[in-house]
Amino acid sequence: MTNHDTGADHPSAPVRVSDQPLTRRQLWLRRKRRKALLVAVTSTIVVFGAAIVLVNTSSGWPKVKTIFFNGERFREDFPEVLSYLWVDVKLFLQCAPFILIWGLVIALCRNTRNPALFPLRAFAAIYTDFFRGVPIILTIYLVGFGIPKLGLFTGEFHFLWFGGNWNSVYLWGPVALVLAYSAYVAEVFRSGIDGVHESQRAGARSLGLSHTQTMRYVVLPQAARRVIPPLMNDFLSLQKDVALLSVLGIIEVFRRATSIKDLTGNFTPLVAAAVIFLALTIPETRLVDWYTARQRKRTGGSVVG
Amino acid sequence: MTAKLSIRNVRKSFDDKVVLDDVSLDVGEHDVVCLIGASGSGKSTLLRCINLLEPIDDGEILLADSNGVLVDISEPGLDPDPVRRRIGMVFQSYNLFPHMSVQRNVTLGPTKVRGQSKAEADAHALDLLARFGLADKAGAYPDQLSGGQQQRVAIVRALAMQPELMLLDEVTAALDPVLVGEVLNVIRDMRGQGMTMVLATHEMGFAREISDLVCFLKDGVILEAAPPGTLFTAPSQPETAEFLQRVIASGRL
Repeated sequence: MTNHDTGADHPSAPVRVSDQPLTRRQLWLRRKRRKALLVAVTSTIVVFGAAIVLVNTSSGWPKVKTIFFNGERFREDFPEVLSYLWVDVKLFLQCAPFILIWGLVIALCRNTRNPALFPLRAFAAIYTDFFRGVPIILTIYLVGFGIPKLGLFTGEFHFLWFGGNWNSVYLWGPVALVLAYSAYVAEVFRSGIDGVHESQRAGARSLGLSHTQTMRYVVLPQAARRVIPPLMNDFLSLQKDVALLSVLGIIEVFRRATSIKDLTGNFTPLVAAAVIFLALTIPETRLVDWYTARQRKRTGGSVVG
Repeated sequence: MTAKLSIRNVRKSFDDKVVLDDVSLDVGEHDVVCLIGASGSGKSTLLRCINLLEPIDDGEILLADSNGVLVDISEPGLDPDPVRRRIGMVFQSYNLFPHMSVQRNVTLGPTKVRGQSKAEADAHALDLLARFGLADKAGAYPDQLSGGQQQRVAIVRALAMQPELMLLDEVTAALDPVLVGEVLNVIRDMRGQGMTMVLATHEMGFAREISDLVCFLKDGVILEAAPPGTLFTAPSQPETAEFLQRVIASGRL
């Protein structure tokens, strides 16, 4: 350490609290920070630069550019593809609450201790094994096309804010997604419930709270907070997997992009669809980051961590 | 002396290990009983058995009802919840609910189990918190408090249920010596109010000061039960004397 009086030259140095000269450690930290920044910037420029050069010099790039990244087509097709965004969002919003509820029910079934409820436990285990084991696209085909063919239901249905034809793919498509995703979500919930320390249960039971009350007021609220990040992961997948319902003939962002592609022979609308999905999922991730940070701050830490 | 709690020939094993071996103990109304002994001697298990958090293998535990009649609470198949709401328990590691504010920790039991209105439970909680110097912490979350404060909240949480009997399981063991004093003061206060208590403790000086009866446990057996004046000065069992010697040697008395 040779230089102790440079503090005044760098009024923006964040570690400084007064006009006193920087300590040896503060100087060292500042040097380290600057060096880290320099390395990060250099490596980023090198890696991305190499990637850009590599793509641009490849023999197929001009062709790929006109087929996938055609600016003119993008400007023309993007609004058309975007106009189907609401279909994806709506399907997602219809599925999400039922997945949460049904997934929680399955998880609670697996957590029962009462011997009389063994059938429930067995059902929940088989359910998760089955729906996690079968590709989602198959579930969508089987439920979406199969159940209406059974002809069990006819006419119109009304449930809460939903309504429509009993044999509509707009009913059975989402049902298929709910069935499949609940299996994953149930496992997430179960791990969250198991992760709440036994002492919390003892604390609650010692007050005279019943098993159900202990679950409701003590275990589940803590489990819910723990499982929000992994749940978010599942719901991001769901937002994208809504596009799978297009196999049933539901016209949404991906399906519309594909049909434009079939008409024009240009893949740019699919890139537009990708941009739309990203615009949807990235803010969702940030929202959860914000929420978890807020929770941590509010309760002082260990719940979320 | 009318017994509030009577433990008769209780046995408890975990797998092959016998943790409580033919334990019998009577606790009178308004009495304070201290359980002392090395770690693993069965003190905590005995407390957990009284609160029915652990089922016992044999023997019986009786608790006096409002008429002073002893009722078997350890009967297999009995619903433990009505019993637990009459017995307060405080744990070594507090077991506060980290997702709830201090006030909510305290009012959860009274509102959900005793059916008090929120306003009534809140008022009672604030009274109790104020009594133990925690009035300004009502809105805080457990992780924002010191260990001593957390443990006092845990005691208030148990007291808010207006229990007939309090079980305290090494409630100062996780605290540094400065914070131990504030929690012991709370226990003194409860004794002054006539609360019947059974506590497992390593604080020998405190046990000597506060107890009506001290029980020395070794390997799941109550080797000696005597008033503190007798047990600490003239123990009848060589094992008790040896234990107290070791405690003195480690500077804990």
